[in-house]
Amino acid sequence: MTKAVFAQSRPARHLHTGRWLTAASVTLLCAWVLFPIYLILVNTLSSPAEVSGFPKRFFPSFDFGSLLFFYNFRGVIGALINSILVASLTVVLAIGFGAPAGYALARFRFRGKNAFRILVLMTRAFPLPLLALPLAVMFIRTGLDDSVVGLAIVHSTLALPFAVLITYSLFTGIPFEFEEAAWTLGCSRFQAFRKVVLPLALPGIAASGVFAFVTSWNEVFAASVLTIRNRTLTAFLLQNLDVSPLYLKFAGGAVLVVPALVFMFAVRKYLFTLWGIASR
Amino acid sequence: MAGIEIRNIAKRFDGNLVLADIDLAVADQEFLVLLGASGCGKTTLLRIIAGLEVPMHGEVRIGGRRVNELAPRSRGIAMVFQQYAVFPHLTVFENIAFGLRMKKLAKDAIDARVRKAAGLMHIEGLLARYPGQLSGGQRQRVAVARALAMEPEVLLMDEPLSNLDALLRMEMRAELKALLKETRTTTIYVTHDQVEAMSLADRIAIMDEGRLVQVADPIEIYRNPATRYIGGFIGSPPMNFLPAARQDGTWEVAGFRVAGPRVDRPELVFGIRPEDVHLADAGLSAAVRVVEPLGAHQLVTATVGDQLFRIVLDSDVKIVSGDALIIAPRTGRARWFDANTGVAIPWSEEGA
Repeated sequence: MTKAVFAQSRPARHLHTGRWLTAASVTLLCAWVLFPIYLILVNTLSSPAEVSGFPKRFFPSFDFGSLLFFYNFRGVIGALINSILVASLTVVLAIGFGAPAGYALARFRFRGKNAFRILVLMTRAFPLPLLALPLAVMFIRTGLDDSVVGLAIVHSTLALPFAVLITYSLFTGIPFEFEEAAWTLGCSRFQAFRKVVLPLALPGIAASGVFAFVTSWNEVFAASVLTIRNRTLTAFLLQNLDVSPLYLKFAGGAVLVVPALVFMFAVRKYLFTLWGIASR
Repeated sequence: MAGIEIRNIAKRFDGNLVLADIDLAVADQEFLVLLGASGCGKTTLLRIIAGLEVPMHGEVRIGGRRVNELAPRSRGIAMVFQQYAVFPHLTVFENIAFGLRMKKLAKDAIDARVRKAAGLMHIEGLLARYPGQLSGGQRQRVAVARALAMEPEVLLMDEPLSNLDALLRMEMRAELKALLKETRTTTIYVTHDQVEAMSLADRIAIMDEGRLVQVADPIEIYRNPATRYIGGFIGSPPMNFLPAARQDGTWEVAGFRVAGPRVDRPELVFGIRPEDVHLADAGLSAAVRVVEPLGAHQLVTATVGDQLFRIVLDSDVKIVSGDALIIAPRTGRARWFDANTGVAIPWSEEGA
């Protein structure tokens, strides 16, 4: 019987340290993101007394006192409704303009197509604080200030680039042959879109909608500058930052963060395709 | 069931003339194959007939009526695409029923037609499945069934078998041919595979660089190719070509005197198919290089002069590499082509 000789394989030294370093930085990044969320959740689910008291707990006591206080705080419900209204309107506007744009980019050839794509992305390059004041002036002139519609327009402008790019990648992934096949089977152009393309694109469009919703939901700056009486929740909390107790801030933070987290997690697959576009 | 007339069709893409001067008539119930290499314009022509592309000028008539201004859905056509285009979000049943639902047929009628089409393609058991659960061959059958269920005047097929493996392709070819004969549907079939074209077509229309080069039935094309290109393209192994120089009244091919066309040209191309030569006492000298025994016959690769020459001989004759053979062309099988243009020059031995 021949004796098999096995070479001793040892991982190279630098590979080992490389892996260790990667693991360490990943852990650090996760902690950076997760720790504040953990803090918010713990304190939200504790009674007001526990939040202000000392020493702090590590596990929430699942006392809904803070949340109850939040709910009953004057103006919170109104602000919450405003946030929902603005975010919903943003979704409608962003999808309403973004999806057709994405479809046009995917299907048609026209001059300046690449420039348009880059331009759409570049609108995000403008810092909002810079635009806020001129926007506020323009809004007052046109009567849009302190309105849900006005703020929704601004938020749509923020969400539109991503709606366009996500739907563009979506429609590119649906072969044009499907529509042509539908045409030969008796569909008009619009019917082919409705019966074949839309069902396949719907998950992705829903994802862009959710992204638009979250963008609007979490937006603070424009909301604070452009609304006075019809505040959204973000603006409301910012306004009352100095005068509110700690547990109100935590509860408000949780109400803002948790829906966003849940929604983003649900549509993460489509956000990955977005990065795919960016890296192309 | 309708004939197609294509008159003076031309098409340009970004300045490239993709189709020029296409005049073609397809008889009712005929199976016409558009054959050619990639980029010759055959798919473009098919799409123009379907209404998916707009020609620069010209007219398309289906069943006698002009269809240029009509959308694909009003032309009485059904199309099978190269990538099948089977809708992934619908079941097989719904896919096949799609066109029928658009026509707003009664529920029973739809059910009957879908089952009939599925039966023709042998996919009755797959009706509840989604395309994602099917193999390539099954999806192709769904695509064909979907087109057949429409009971169109004209069936258009764009290389539907090109994505299947070789064995499946052969099976589907025979099935399709039998099926379409049975349903008596006028069919236009696009392919680059000359074997497919030869086996399926009533007539083949060979295209090269946007023009029709020859339109005839398969055997006619095989026997009398219109150009040297067609002679070399159709038939496997391909036709042999040798240069021929004029030698007072006759032609000289690799040192051998042959009777040929009386034309005022210094040289021609002499073409002969591998199976159209036989061993003789006088003829071309061939030095055997390779002998491939293929069972029913043997394929001998030799050199005549300095050109590669293929000969198909009966398996009974014993030939080995290194042999020197004398081969003569069979009467009436030699073909002559212009040395510059490649166009065939008609000539018959009887008339000489």
